[in-house]
Amino acid sequence: MSTNLADPTRLATPPTFQAVSLSRRIKNGFATTLVWGAFLIAIIPLVWVLYTVIQRGFPVILDGDWWQKSLSGLLARQQGGGAYHAIYGTLVQGLVCGIISVPIGIMIAIYLVEYGGRSKLAKATTFMVDILTGVPSIVAALFVYTVWITYAGMGRSAFAVSIALVLLMVPVVVRTTEEMLKIVPDELREASYALGIPKWKTIVKIVIPTALSGILTGIMLALARVMGETAPVLVLAAYAPFINYNLFSGPMASLPLMMVNERNNPTQAGFERLWGAAITLVLIITLFNLLATVISRVLAPKTK
Amino acid sequence: MNDPVVAKRPAGSGDPGAVRGVAAAPTASEAPIPPTPAAPETTKAPHVRPGDRIFRGLATGSGVFIVVLIGAIGLFLILQAIPSLGLDQINFLTSREWNTTDPANLRFGILDLLLVTVIVSILALLIAMPIALGIALFLTQYAPRNLARPFAYVVDLLAAVPSIVFGLWGLFVLGPVLFPFSEWLIENLGWIPLFAKGNVNVQLGGTIFTAGIVVAVMILPIITAVSREVFDRTPRMHIEGAIALGATKWEVVRTTVLPFGKAGYVSASMLGLGRALGETIAVMIILSTTSASFGWSLFDGGATFASKIALAAPEFNDTRSAGAYIAAGLVLFVLTFVVNAIARSIVAGHKEYE
Repeated sequence: MSTNLADPTRLATPPTFQAVSLSRRIKNGFATTLVWGAFLIAIIPLVWVLYTVIQRGFPVILDGDWWQKSLSGLLARQQGGGAYHAIYGTLVQGLVCGIISVPIGIMIAIYLVEYGGRSKLAKATTFMVDILTGVPSIVAALFVYTVWITYAGMGRSAFAVSIALVLLMVPVVVRTTEEMLKIVPDELREASYALGIPKWKTIVKIVIPTALSGILTGIMLALARVMGETAPVLVLAAYAPFINYNLFSGPMASLPLMMVNERNNPTQAGFERLWGAAITLVLIITLFNLLATVISRVLAPKTK
Repeated sequence: MNDPVVAKRPAGSGDPGAVRGVAAAPTASEAPIPPTPAAPETTKAPHVRPGDRIFRGLATGSGVFIVVLIGAIGLFLILQAIPSLGLDQINFLTSREWNTTDPANLRFGILDLLLVTVIVSILALLIAMPIALGIALFLTQYAPRNLARPFAYVVDLLAAVPSIVFGLWGLFVLGPVLFPFSEWLIENLGWIPLFAKGNVNVQLGGTIFTAGIVVAVMILPIITAVSREVFDRTPRMHIEGAIALGATKWEVVRTTVLPFGKAGYVSASMLGLGRALGETIAVMIILSTTSASFGWSLFDGGATFASKIALAAPEFNDTRSAGAYIAAGLVLFVLTFVVNAIARSIVAGHKEYE
């Protein structure tokens, strides 16, 4: 105990309230328990789902054939084969979707942040992007079905799936890009204008590169999300147990579609294919999530 | 109306002292307006570089595109649904029958689909709302500062798991685990219609009860994420004020965070409801289909809008019977549109209020 008057922790007068009453302490403790409990409850299903997938699927994907072969020519009860056809389908459909959605999404975000301001169109666009975020994937799939298959007369194909996925991916890309563009400091833009650089060049050469890491992270997360979508592939592509490289015609497998197909297969082979596909899909999605984290670390703008 | 003022400003900016002296008194209300970055452009308004024009056109075009797109979704679904609705032999809104196998004699009504969709979503929401509130409070107020981010990441991971994986887990793992509990509920609380013996085999687990729990898990991350964002914006002053008055942690939360974040939490839950209404594959895999109509029990089977469409999708061959499903999809679209629009308007109103 110091008697130094400068001691800042020493109170001039003893506090009026020495203790918190019992009922308040009980309430506080109760609330704290509930809040911690809520978090723990949320962890249970996550761990449980991941455990199920790993426990049932992991032995399957250790086999080299799983990554290199399709199920071509195999009966429902015959073990062996692999998911190459489905992995190819999932990656290619996701990639094509990405190639279409990224430019559209980024341009919309640029419009909203750089040009739109508070205009009516900008407000309508923001609202519609929000609405599109909430459009159920099955509705997006039905829309592409009516336009692509009923009106345009095209058949079911992987490309139709990609278009439906675009509807689901664009709003995610817009949202993340918009957030990133907004935090680019205005001073950078002003410095560029002061040098007489046109606005579009300022956006392309100054604003976008500054926000690039965030934008790429968002794109990776969006890709991870659309690759797990099942409803569009169910409506717009038929399943094929063999490899089909053609994006524009014929049935093409994808991991979700493979799972839908094998879920009613009661044999051991069906069980292996089902959970093997599940863990493969989770792995691919995890990979894209990790990639997003790595990109945001590596490409983050230097602060010094 | 501010443009003329801004546009004139650079002309006099060469002599700031003089301008201020003259302009300050008459335009006191406009004085705080800083020279905006747009100013250099407006002065040179007649000359726009072609690159700028093209780029601006592209960006604006993309904005228009998205607005048109939503309109197109509604329009095309309507166009496709109308002929089938015309052929429908029974009332579309109030009938429980769904038979589209014979395109010449379409009999479809959405009442059962609507009821099952709504009850699955409400069950999911009732489970998810308190838990999400707890998690959001935990992550923003209770969790140790350095652990809050990793914890939040863990909750977001729930959103990364594909819905089909949740569906498979719900049917093959959770369903059997829930069976004894379901059976107990039916035996002891069966006199309440909600817990009555349903129209499907409870042992298989393909009930609204299981589906509701799984959907609750799936909408947790979205409700948590949006609520968290709002709770995080609680003014520091309010919190510190409460602490200074001697409030316990819970009292701080109850008197500052909750009142501030209430609107955000409600709209977050509405967004979650939107997700739940449209959840497709997990529900499709879990719910056992049945020909019996929905009897208000949680242990019924059946189909939601989305799961009905998804189940039939691979066999869309006839335009007329596909149109029946598209009509159902249209109702789902309108339903989610309304729910999301309400949610967003709550958030938007709240933002402007700040």
